[in-house]
Amino acid sequence: MSLLRIRNLSVDFATASGKFRAVDSVDQDVDTGEILAIVGESGSGKSVSMLALMGLLPWTATVTADELTFDGHDLLTMDKRARRKIVGNDLAMIFQEPMSSLNPCFPVGWQIKESLRFHLGMNRAERHKRAIELFEQVGIPDPEKRLSVFPHQMSGGMNQRVMIAMAIACKPKLLIADEPTTALDVTIQAQILDLLTSLRDETGMGLVLITHDMGVVAETAERVSVQYAGQKIEEQQVLPLFRSPHHPYTAALLDALPERATEKRLPTIPGVVPGQFDRPAGCLFSPRCKFANDKCRAENPPPLGEDLGKARCFYPLNTDERVAS
Amino acid sequence: MLKYVLSRLATFIPTFIGVTLISFAFIRVLPGDPIVVMAGERGITEERYAQLQQQFGFDRPIYVQFWDYFTGVLQGDLGNSFVTKKPVWDEFFSLFPATLELSICAMIFAVALGLPAGVIAAVNRGKFFDRALMSTALVGYSMPIFWWALLLIIVFSGNLGWTPVSGRIDLLYYFPNATGFMLIDSLASGQDGAFLSALRHLLLPTIVLGTIPLAVIARQTRSAMLEVLGEDYIRTARAKGMSSGRINGIHALRNALIPVITVIGLSVGTLLAGAILTETIFSWPGIGKWMVDSIFRRDYPVVQGGLLLIAVMVMVVNLTVDMLYGIINPKIRKR
Repeated sequence: MSLLRIRNLSVDFATASGKFRAVDSVDQDVDTGEILAIVGESGSGKSVSMLALMGLLPWTATVTADELTFDGHDLLTMDKRARRKIVGNDLAMIFQEPMSSLNPCFPVGWQIKESLRFHLGMNRAERHKRAIELFEQVGIPDPEKRLSVFPHQMSGGMNQRVMIAMAIACKPKLLIADEPTTALDVTIQAQILDLLTSLRDETGMGLVLITHDMGVVAETAERVSVQYAGQKIEEQQVLPLFRSPHHPYTAALLDALPERATEKRLPTIPGVVPGQFDRPAGCLFSPRCKFANDKCRAENPPPLGEDLGKARCFYPLNTDERVAS
Repeated sequence: MLKYVLSRLATFIPTFIGVTLISFAFIRVLPGDPIVVMAGERGITEERYAQLQQQFGFDRPIYVQFWDYFTGVLQGDLGNSFVTKKPVWDEFFSLFPATLELSICAMIFAVALGLPAGVIAAVNRGKFFDRALMSTALVGYSMPIFWWALLLIIVFSGNLGWTPVSGRIDLLYYFPNATGFMLIDSLASGQDGAFLSALRHLLLPTIVLGTIPLAVIARQTRSAMLEVLGEDYIRTARAKGMSSGRINGIHALRNALIPVITVIGLSVGTLLAGAILTETIFSWPGIGKWMVDSIFRRDYPVVQGGLLLIAVMVMVVNLTVDMLYGIINPKIRKR
């Protein structure tokens, strides 16, 4: 049985102009020790689905699902108090903006020790010792001294290391990293990703990596789930996905990678992700898809079989390769 | 931190000079002549008038008078009252404890109720409690102090007879004035019921004086909390599995305190101004009443000296507030 199992998860936001569906019947599984990448443009609902899992959405959001189980616990029926025992303990998350995700009024050491105290019930000396260990583990030099430092006194990369140390403090079984490197410069990005993968290797935790950077996916992930406008439109292991994407959207994303460009001007996907008011009737990608026909514009395609990456498309690409191999 | 303190202190100097000048000019701008007022209805002869003018130094040019006053102030000499002939400094500090006691109690009242009310309103944003609280705060803020005081006196002293109408303590009790704070002195005297009597006398003036700061603090706390609750680090705290009580009370409140402390500092000025009215209504023997009396007597040294001391007091409080910023949010220290 997988560590995390999500079936038919939907999230609706109540807005002034009616309901807005940010996540639309998404299924997701993560196994222990696995790295799953969720990719998609801004507004494709990748963060929202994971925030829903963590219970971090604002009160305007309504979460519905057929199944939402983590490590044998049913998160749907669980009360808030019981859920707080899991969130931050076995289930941890780090965010995009390390500078603003840490509380400016408290030393970073205090912020880490807080988790240790509430989830593991450690005493003062144990907390201090464990916090130093954690800082060493995430590669913060001079950990003893750094514990008493405030977030504004450190760089973005260091702060993200603090965030990671905080997230892994209670040895979580699953770590969700929501665009952990977007706010950092390229060399630091690579360091943080290396750190996350090596932590996975050491602890055997599952890792969900939310990103819109296909380069990050290629380097880090094992399995990839592509989301578009709230729907999961394709899912494959990383190598087959890069070699033979089935959904035209995935193919278009890969074509837009600078490394794959053949012309001087980078190929782009015309248009934007549909919002609340311009949601198409049929396939959500049909207005931007170069293969779309009348059927695509009228009907919403159901997911295809496992062998075609569960692609939500009537005309999946690279089908002959499957036949050939 | 030392550099921060020194830079704050440096801004003190021009403000101090400005306040000295304004307090000196203010009372002289008012029509009326202190010598004429002193003479009263009997009137005064030309010769005696000229003699007194010379004695008080009013015959000299105004800038010479100011220079005299200013150099005196720098040496800690605020002059003597025209009426009582006692040094302004001594009079001020014999009356100040009464005002200070009232102001501190009013501030404690305002903070102790306003801070939690603001937090609860922010957390329950848009719900009944929030709306009820904020409309009440608006009423409290716009209420004229003298009217509010009279209303409370009529209800609690007149109709219900729960509290006394004026003064600091019942005449039954007598004890030495050791600290000037009636609550402490009455407790130290060990007389039965003295402390309770002092407390009952303090109750209404405290409520009256604390009402406006209470409303301001509650509203400011609410808006600061609302802003902070949307921050990323609050989401982080929730992702750590912290309880909402801990998130609101510790993670959010600490950040929301900066603007709240600013209005608390500014309220001290309002409080001292409000004290003048409140003390007059409740016959509270503090500097407010003393200042009002002195203005009517055109007692120049008292008015200018009293104003200066009150202004310095407000400046010191705001300086302390600036220091507190640095302690509450270490990020501010760097700027």
